[in-house]
Order: sequence, then structure tokens, then C-alpha cells
Amino acid sequence: MLHRLRFIPGRILQAIPVAFGVTILVFLMSHLLPGNPAVAILGSHATPASVAALSKHLGLDKPLWEQYWLFLTHLLQGDLGQSLTYQQPVVGLVFSAVPVTLSLVAYALVLSLIISVPLAGWAATKPSGVRDLAVRAYTLLGQGMPQFWVGIMLILLVAVRLRLFPVSGYGQTPLDHLYYLFLPALTLAISMCPTIIRSLRASTIQVLGSEYIGTARSKGIAGASLFRVHVLRNAAIPTVSIVGVNLGYLVGGSLVIEHVFAIPGLGSLMINAIFARDFPTIQGVALFVALFVVIVGIVTDVVYTLLDPRVDLANTEAVR
Amino acid sequence: MTTAPAPTLPPVTAARRPARSRSLRPWYRNGPLVAGIVIVGGLILVAIFAPLITPYSPTTQNLTDVLQGPSGAHWLGTDQFGRDVFTRLVWSTRVDLRIGFIAVLIPFVVGSILGGLAGYFGGWLDLIVMRLVDIFFAFPFYVMVIALVFVLGAGETSIYLAIATVSWVSYAKIVRGEVLVAKQQDYVMAARLGGFSHLRVLARHIGPNVLSQAIIYAMSDIVQDIMAIVTLGYLGLGIAPPTAEWGSMISQGQQFITTQWEQATIPGLAVVVTSLGLSWLGDGLSDLLSPDRRK
Repeated sequence: MLHRLRFIPGRILQAIPVAFGVTILVFLMSHLLPGNPAVAILGSHATPASVAALSKHLGLDKPLWEQYWLFLTHLLQGDLGQSLTYQQPVVGLVFSAVPVTLSLVAYALVLSLIISVPLAGWAATKPSGVRDLAVRAYTLLGQGMPQFWVGIMLILLVAVRLRLFPVSGYGQTPLDHLYYLFLPALTLAISMCPTIIRSLRASTIQVLGSEYIGTARSKGIAGASLFRVHVLRNAAIPTVSIVGVNLGYLVGGSLVIEHVFAIPGLGSLMINAIFARDFPTIQGVALFVALFVVIVGIVTDVVYTLLDPRVDLANTEAVR
Repeated sequence: MTTAPAPTLPPVTAARRPARSRSLRPWYRNGPLVAGIVIVGGLILVAIFAPLITPYSPTTQNLTDVLQGPSGAHWLGTDQFGRDVFTRLVWSTRVDLRIGFIAVLIPFVVGSILGGLAGYFGGWLDLIVMRLVDIFFAFPFYVMVIALVFVLGAGETSIYLAIATVSWVSYAKIVRGEVLVAKQQDYVMAARLGGFSHLRVLARHIGPNVLSQAIIYAMSDIVQDIMAIVTLGYLGLGIAPPTAEWGSMISQGQQFITTQWEQATIPGLAVVVTSLGLSWLGDGLSDLLSPDRRK
């Protein structure tokens, strides 16, 4: 089992230059701001003294690479700068918002799977049948709807008309969170599902046509256990990497959806920071999210390897 | 292309139809393509003839007629500034379609060139381009677009630049993959033996053969770009008011969702119709351009 994961150190090594690249890109953003970065960051009402202090902190009188080095050392010390609106370190703000966003993303992922797996299986059992056409119509429409608009429509139908779920907010207790985050998570799931369904449907059709399913059927296995044990496990493998790749998309979408439902996560932090012209906070969120996506890439590869039964088989005896 | 051996139809997976019958089908029998052309063509006409379609101005306020329901004079009612909602919907087509179509051009060109060069020449160039792809890919679309629009300031130019920065990556990946396959083909070898330079082979011989995939992708990319523009408009980071734009219309309508639900609903439907048309156009094109490769 363990030796199949030997690739992990190499994979992490490969991610290191990418992570550095991410920090360089985020660092360069401050130099795209018009004028002196310190003035741009602090705003036009800043006192000369505070501008001078920030300039010194950022090393603006030094060459670019030294400024980057300074940025990186600050970063490694957990210093992403000071938020201008909240007057506290950006790192603290980001870390208090991360659990909210991550639970929203995880919730959305769970809902996506709950919706996608049956729909994909349902569609794949009879390609081009009525059910398949219905599912494909949904995948087509689902990708054409702006996420935030889906959110507003859910608010309109489920929260305003039916009064089943709250219009916005996050609640106090964990149970509250589950209740408050349901509509936002469903919104994200509705736009995430088409991608998952497409992949899962295609691979399920392929698996259903394979010889080992014929064998399983001839042994009298049918219905749910055939689907669960023989079909889904195999059909899910390509979908795992699709989900991994799209997790970044999900995080990006959740930023907008948080704004729609007024949920205090990274998205609200970032979007409020935009209107307050609070650059360090934007920089911090962008950096955090990008590094998160890099890590998710590694995790996806690990899960993929663990799930692939063919690697498992090679391990014991049969195929090689 | 190899001649297909007469296949005994597999019982369960009727998924792979013989590819030829598709490509020999005349284009007007290609359902998605026709539907896509009708919808997208119709929207383009609406955009061009917007002033002829409605008698009202999309921006002039009329504070005596605010927040009216649908009527004969105002088909979809009026917004809180007394502007005709139908007029604003029609005029938005101009803004959103134009930006969507223009925004796709820069990443298409930049990504295809970088991907093509990386795939063809390989080596350190490939290494650098692919690491850049990894780095840019780490930023989710909206994070990058929102951050860049903030840095560059709201406005149309910023939208183009932000979208270009994010989406060249996909074109580079697609074209690189295609070039890697194409450069093994005999015709490339023949062109090289004929004494043509690398760049000429890449541009004149490989290029036309690999770009179809990028063009097909561009169709779905326009959908994504329009989503981005609408989302930025919704967040108040896109096209500045009072210009009519679907995203800002939705955001405005959201304030009156309890009394006038149609104000937030209908611009969203316009986006859905637009992306449906573009998706069908893309599907139809992919049938037409690469009949042997349909998923």
C-alpha cells in the first residue's frame, strides 16, 4: 500500500517552483497598482510618516528582487501586512475566514456528489434514452447559468416564497451553519454538477460495456450492488481528477456566492476589501487561495492513486 | 484515417457511432449547429439593431415612472430610475456580447502561440511555458479576475486584460497537446525535408491542423467570459452604470426581489439563452471540424 505513494515527495518537489511562482505573481500585483505602491496601498489620505514607514517595510528603495525577498521573508514569518479596514494583521483575518469558506466548499462538494452520482448512473444505463436526454439538458443549462443568479433564484423561490431556508447569514452553532449554508452550497452544487455528471456518465457508459461487467452480470450480480461495487468504483476514477481540477473553480465560485448570501468567508473578505480599497487583504486572500489550489492538486494525485484498483491488482499478483 | 472494420455493434454502448456519417452530413442537418447559429445570430441582430427595437433610451431616467409592473408601454416594467427594463435588456446584448467576443481573442492568440511553440520546440521553452501554466492555473478564475480588475481599475480594458491573464492557459494546454501529436505526423516530416523552416512548418503546416480544437474551446470560453463579465457587473466591478449590462441589472433587481421578481430573473434568462446558443454552436462546430474525435 505505502510504496504506491512513493511518488509523493517528487510531486511535492514539483509543486515548489509553482508555489514560488504564485508568490511572485501576487507580489508583482502590488507593482501594477498605479503610482507608489505604498501610497496606493495606504490610500491618498495617508500621512507622509506612515507612507515612509510602509515604504521601508516593503523595501521600496531597494531593487525589485530584494523587495521580493523581503516579501517572501515576511510571508514565511506569517506577515501578509496590515489590513487597512480592520487595522489588524491580514493573516488573522484570512485564517478566521478560511473555515467558513472551506466548510461551504466541502458542503457543496458533498451535495454535488449526492446529486451527480445517481443522475449520471441513471443517464448512463440507457444512453440517448429519455432520462439521458433530461440529464444532458440539465448539464447544458447548468453550465449556462451564472452562479450568483442561481443563488438569487434559490433565494427567491426557496427562501422568500417558501420560507424554508434563511435568505442570508451563517448562524451561530454548527447545526445553524448546516442550515444556513444549505442554499449557498446547493447553488454551488448546481453549477458544479454538470462537469461531474458529464465525466461520470461517459466513464459509466464505458465501464458498463466492459467485459468484467458482463462477467459480474453472468454471475447473477445486479441492481445496486452491481452499480456500487463494480461500476461506480471504476467509473469514479477519472472523475476524481476532474473534481480535483475543478475544486479551484469551486473555491472561486464560493467567493462570489458568499457575497450573494452574506456569508463571512474569504469571498466576503475579498469583495469587501475591494470596495474599501484594502489591497493587503486582497493580496492575502489571492495568495492563500492559490496555494490552497496547489496543495489540492497534490492531494488529488494521491487520492487518484489510492482509488485506482489496477495499481492495487498489480501489487498482489494478477495483472502486470 | 484507417478504414473501419465492419463492426458488430456492441450491445450496451451504442456510444461510438461511425464517425464518417457525421462528417458527410450536410451542415444544415446538424441540429446543434443550426440552433446555435439561429440563437447567436439572432442575438447579434438584436445587438446591432437595438435602437430600432425599442423606442426608449436605456439610460435616461424617468423618475415619474419608477418600478412599474409589466404593461403595454413597458413590456417588462421599469426599474427604480424609471428606465424601461426591456430596453435595458436589449441594449445589454450589445455590451455583453461585444466584450465576450473581444475578450476571447487575446488569450486565444497568446495561448495558442505559446502552446504551439512549447509543443513544437520542447526542451526548456516547454518547461518554462508549462510551469507558467501551472502557476496561473493555481489562481481560480474569479480570484484572479477580481484581483486584477481591482489592481487595474474597473472598466472595459481591465476586463480584457484580466480575462486574458487567466484564460490563455487553457489554449496553451490544448494547442501544446495537439502539436505534440501533430509533429509526429508524416506531413510535418515531409515539410521539414522539403527545406521549410521550423516556424513556417509550425505556422503553415501544423497550425491549421491543430487550431480547430482551440476554436471549439473558444466557443465555450466565450460563455465563460460572458459569465465573468456578468459576475463582475453584479459585483459592481464591471461596466460602470448607467450603461445597461445584464450583471448590473440583476444586482439592481435583487433589491426588489420581494416585489418585482422579474427584474432579477429576466436578465439571468438572457444570459442562459446566450450561453445555450454558444454551447450549441460549439458542439455543432466540433462535429463539423473534428468529426472523428467527438467525445
